[in-house]
Amino acid sequence: MDFGLTEQEEILRHSAREFLEAECPTSLVRQAEESGEGHARELWRKIAGLGWLGISLPEQFGGTGGSLTDQTVLFEEIGRALTPGPLLTSSVLAAQIVLIAGNDDQKTALIPGVISGEVILTLARGDRLETASRDGGLTLSGDSLFVPYAGLATNIICATRPAIRAWPDTTLVLVDPKAAGVTMTSMESIANYPQFLVDFDDVPLPDDSVLGQTAEGMQALDLAVRRATVAQCAETLGRAQKVLEMVVEYAGHRVAFGRPIGTFQAVQHRCADLRVAVDGGRMLTYQAAWKLDQGLTADDEVSMAKAQAGMLSRLATEAGHSIFAGISFTVEHDMQLYSARAKISEANLGDTEYHLDRLAAQMGS
Amino acid sequence: MDFNFTLQQEKFREELREFLTAEVPVEKQEIFGLLTEEQYQFGREINLKLAERKWLAVGWPEEHGGGGKGPIEQGILAEDMGYWRVPKSGSIGLGIVGPAIMVFGTQDQKDQYLPAIAKGEVEYCQGFSEPNVGSDLGSLELRAERDGDEYVLNGSKMFTSYAYHANYMYLLARTDPQAQKHRGISLFIADLKTSGISLTPLPYINGEMAAQTIFDNVRLPLSCLIGEENRGWYHAMTTLDYERSGLWRYANVRRVFDDFVEFCNGSSPDGGQPLAEHPLVRHQLAQRRLGMETWKLLCWNVAWMQSSGAVPNSEASVAFLYGSEERLRFAEMAMEVLGPYATLRNGSPMAPLLGNIEGIHREAMHLHGAGTTEIHRNIIAQRGLGMPR
Ligand SMILES: Cc1cc2nc3c(=O)[nH]c(=O)nc-3n(C[C@H](O)[C@H](O)[C@H](O)COP(=O)(O)OP(=O)(O)OC[C@H]3O[C@@H](n4cnc5c(N)ncnc54)[C@H](O)[C@@H]3O)c2cc1C
Repeated sequence: MDFGLTEQEEILRHSAREFLEAECPTSLVRQAEESGEGHARELWRKIAGLGWLGISLPEQFGGTGGSLTDQTVLFEEIGRALTPGPLLTSSVLAAQIVLIAGNDDQKTALIPGVISGEVILTLARGDRLETASRDGGLTLSGDSLFVPYAGLATNIICATRPAIRAWPDTTLVLVDPKAAGVTMTSMESIANYPQFLVDFDDVPLPDDSVLGQTAEGMQALDLAVRRATVAQCAETLGRAQKVLEMVVEYAGHRVAFGRPIGTFQAVQHRCADLRVAVDGGRMLTYQAAWKLDQGLTADDEVSMAKAQAGMLSRLATEAGHSIFAGISFTVEHDMQLYSARAKISEANLGDTEYHLDRLAAQMGS
Repeated sequence: MDFNFTLQQEKFREELREFLTAEVPVEKQEIFGLLTEEQYQFGREINLKLAERKWLAVGWPEEHGGGGKGPIEQGILAEDMGYWRVPKSGSIGLGIVGPAIMVFGTQDQKDQYLPAIAKGEVEYCQGFSEPNVGSDLGSLELRAERDGDEYVLNGSKMFTSYAYHANYMYLLARTDPQAQKHRGISLFIADLKTSGISLTPLPYINGEMAAQTIFDNVRLPLSCLIGEENRGWYHAMTTLDYERSGLWRYANVRRVFDDFVEFCNGSSPDGGQPLAEHPLVRHQLAQRRLGMETWKLLCWNVAWMQSSGAVPNSEASVAFLYGSEERLRFAEMAMEVLGPYATLRNGSPMAPLLGNIEGIHREAMHLHGAGTTEIHRNIIAQRGLGMPR
């Protein structure tokens, strides 16, 4: 039993924090938000240069081959800095799908590009996506909602309902977003988070576009989603930890009734409750990462971590807005950046209710 | 990161489970809210048997009669004993007094007190709280006056759990009333047979019999002083942080939770469809499953810190606070789910889970262990987060 980080992981944490404090100030976060792209190209290039996009991808494709624990450490820092860009979507969620389901050619064609940042992958899901065979080839039709970063994506992975075998299994196909018949509309989300409605109108798919076997994508998708969910929890954790530090710092010097507000117990206890939730979240998240690293399915552990992350987010938001009070209601104050992103990550990859349901299903006799 | 136990630790747990399966039949297991004398005595016997195997103080150094292992093994013991609902005894000696003596005691005191604790032969109680003093422990009033080769104690201690079974009391007394409040307190071990000590019964709502302990000109030899005179407050506070994992308490509750889930999956007290078929019930069970997991990990975090040589402080408060509140959340939830059946006590033929739910709800009113929930929040904010006083 060892709940500490290795020296390597400590170095990673330290250097990631230093880098992001210098390179990803909240002014940049705001710029990325205002641009509507949710992306900062210069930062993205530097992040790729540091190898972060390949942190848990295999060395043979240019990745670092790190563990999920490493990835968790990194995503805590990414969350802490509100780092814009499709880090989680492309380099974890979608890259893992390619890695798990794809053949060697597909991996070689995509993974090195993901790591260098030139390839940006995203995932479109939804049971209105259908693949059908026509004229000896496959075509894709239907639409998908909430597709993150579709506007930047070089490739979209579609998790589709296969026509040849019965639902509920999935066929994973790679789609060129520029192909004829693909149209996308921004969904106008909170903090301009780039989410799209993507419509596929009888899009013909090249022969090599199926990842893995037709109608056998579910398992790969599940596994990739689990890994991405842990990264999402880590990101939430980093953000909540940062909010905690911000409010504690503020409470130390903001004065009311002649003394720092941090001396008021109501304020202290809110901070204490957030600290308890952060500690709990950390244990649950690292446990899930560690279990997946051991090759275990960790279904329950992932769901517990994500369900808790949602509650943690809400607690951090509440503590932040109540302790910073009026000033946090202004656009110029950074707290709103944290609370908006909390909502994005809460909804992403299953919210608290969804994961509690999954957990409940496992508890039945 | 490593969430695994070592092979030796797993083996220890396995052997322990074999032992518990053989030695603690279901009918001897503790039921929440019901502690009989017979059960207490049974717990003592189990402790003696554990001690024969060097398991009772498994984490203590061998020179003091322990098993020579560490806090993780001690945590495994606590977790399994709690889960197996072995009636608890000896915990204050093992968890608080022993570690304090190891750090602050003289060689004579170590020889006198430690092996007996490790062998399960003695019971201790803790004399901190007083009728007028609880959270603000530094204001305690019980007086210990030096008189030649003795200290003379006058005053009284409140909430003395285990008083009727204890041989000794580990206590704080004021030795210098002139000094600033925390600097005039000393730590003692008092033999409860000493003349002038008397007990007034103080039954708790969980079925335990505690006492108010009166000290009337009680004369203790100087050798009863632990550590330095007037440093007792600091000695006591450091050692309070040693055995604070709270794994026993967690596992005790976890067992009832697991039993409750099983009950809900298969039945309903009124013979209707299994409770877990109600979506709302399932949802609540999942929430508490998450809560229990969090509690467990926070407890193990404390044990792990101890095993790595760190002294958990606000981390122990995090685990303790979480535990007190999670136990209450579970008790309230189970009460709500069972409806009026939850009010049935052990002994009622219709009581679900042998009345454990009614009992755990009473137990959950104990929100004050090792400090109230408010005090733990103060500690986390001030010591953990460095917020101003
Ligand atoms: C089952 C049980 C077993 C016990 N066993 C023992 C034992 O073996 N030995 C022993 O010495 N004691 C024991 N105690 C006593 C226990 O330690 C005290 O109950 C506890 O320290 C709280 O003290 P109090 O009850 O006097 O409450 P008080 O200190 O009077 O507190 C009353 C209320 O005021 C709040 N409060 C007080 N100060 C503050 C503050 N600074 N900030 C915010 N809120 C505050 C408290 O949180 C609480 O809500 C036991 C108690 C129980 C219930």
